[in-house]
Amino acid sequence: MKTPVSTAPINPAAPDLSPPHKYKQLAGWLVLFAVLIACSIRTDVTPYQLIVGLPQMGSLLQEMFPPDWSYLPTIWGPMMETVQIAILGTTLGGLLAIPVALLCASNLGISRFVSLPARMMLNLIRTIPDLLFAAIFVAVFGIGPFAGMLALVFFSFGLIAKLTFEAIEAIDPGPLEAMSAVGANRMQIIMFGVVPQALPYFMSYLLYTFEVNVRAASVLGLVGAGGIGLLLDRALGLFRYDRASIIVLLTLVIVLVIDYGSTIIRRKLL
Amino acid sequence: MKNTTSAASGNTSGSVLGSRIRFAVITLVVIAVYFWSVQGIHFEGIQGTAGTVSKSILQGFLHPDWSFVYIPEGEDLLRGLLDTLVISILGTVVATVVCIPFAFWASTNMSRHLAVSGSGKIVLSVIRVFPEIVVAILFIKAVGPGSFAGVLALGIHSVGMLGKLYSETIESIDRGPQEALIASGANRLQVLRYAVLPQVIPQFLSYSLYRFEINIRSATTLGLVGAGGIGTPLIFALQVRNWNRVGIILLGIIVLVILTDLVSGWVRRRII
Repeated sequence: MKTPVSTAPINPAAPDLSPPHKYKQLAGWLVLFAVLIACSIRTDVTPYQLIVGLPQMGSLLQEMFPPDWSYLPTIWGPMMETVQIAILGTTLGGLLAIPVALLCASNLGISRFVSLPARMMLNLIRTIPDLLFAAIFVAVFGIGPFAGMLALVFFSFGLIAKLTFEAIEAIDPGPLEAMSAVGANRMQIIMFGVVPQALPYFMSYLLYTFEVNVRAASVLGLVGAGGIGLLLDRALGLFRYDRASIIVLLTLVIVLVIDYGSTIIRRKLL
Repeated sequence: MKNTTSAASGNTSGSVLGSRIRFAVITLVVIAVYFWSVQGIHFEGIQGTAGTVSKSILQGFLHPDWSFVYIPEGEDLLRGLLDTLVISILGTVVATVVCIPFAFWASTNMSRHLAVSGSGKIVLSVIRVFPEIVVAILFIKAVGPGSFAGVLALGIHSVGMLGKLYSETIESIDRGPQEALIASGANRLQVLRYAVLPQVIPQFLSYSLYRFEINIRSATTLGLVGAGGIGTPLIFALQVRNWNRVGIILLGIIVLVILTDLVSGWVRRRII
């Protein structure tokens, strides 16, 4: 699309004005449509099904309204537990992430034999969904918020460590060089050269992960790992859609409030 | 932190005191928040069975159930992974199509009144708030369990974030071509077709691919609530504590996620 613009100044004598890559583009779209048709055949997902399902969705929404406001005091406790799980999970995950992020960064003179395996471990951890972590920890530690907290510790660890080591790699090398020139050891370089530069980013990623974790914690209860999810599962199982809608509404409000607060703090940090 | 240092360099003793008080207040608030959070995690101590359970989990992960990879008849790993892949492809495409009008609605440079784009932004952030699992549960109640509910859940949930990214792309376009077309008498549709779309489409596709990478991670867990894909055999294996099977499914998920990341990264580099 942009090719004629970019080639024209290079060869002004014979500008190539014919539209390039048209066949390639067409082939790309054809492949995409073929894949889509194959996909919809494979899973029986067709627009027809959507039209059939729409009235059912309408009746579901009707049953969800009006929300059962009297249920609000009952769900307030589990909702707060959800937030507590998210706070502790994010913090512990973030603390664990600090040493690993330092090991992974390529500009601190850490041997590649250490940093590459550490990075691979981070990639592996991030492919495992948080609900699966939660289900495994529920099996080990029993049903309750502790299992959910541990699941979020692992999930946050993977995310924060990756974001932070990329931030460390992007810091200004000047102070580090100056410090090593005057004979600082590695610990001193990290304490006084790396930490002051990377800390605002780390805190910002911590808050961002906290936002993600509040959302994740609200569904951890589905596998028995504490929080509001258990009540949501129960309400839906009993076909109490008016209760389900108040749970969803409260989650919405809490998440919006936390997002808003966290955005303000992050803007102040960076 | 930054505020503290900048206030301290102000050299007046009042601001130093102020920043110290502020620092103390912040520290107290943080301590209070953590004190409150620890109350919520009533830890009952490690259960007596924890040791044996962990051992069997480790055993299962070290000896994955290879026979589950391909079973000629019925549900196996490869079919589950294929379903997961298909659900996330369809979900991403649904989201891409649905979010385009939302993106134009929420862009400040596509409408004259700020109220229009503002309301669009609010709608997008409300959609973004619901976790996709919750959306999936609602759709399962509406259209029954299966892949269809998963596709709809991913499709609707992704609209929130994709719409936001798309509208930011639209807001950042170069106004030159648009103004030139308006000056030469093009109507709104022609402006859209020849000035706006060519600038935004590569970025749109790139964001959709990025969302696809996220969706494939979400799709692996959608089955835990009954919305199709690899999550369905996973939840069965977890319920009967068949750790060998959990191990092979986990391995399959890891391979699928890494492969799709590689392919989508390659396609993205070709587009931009």
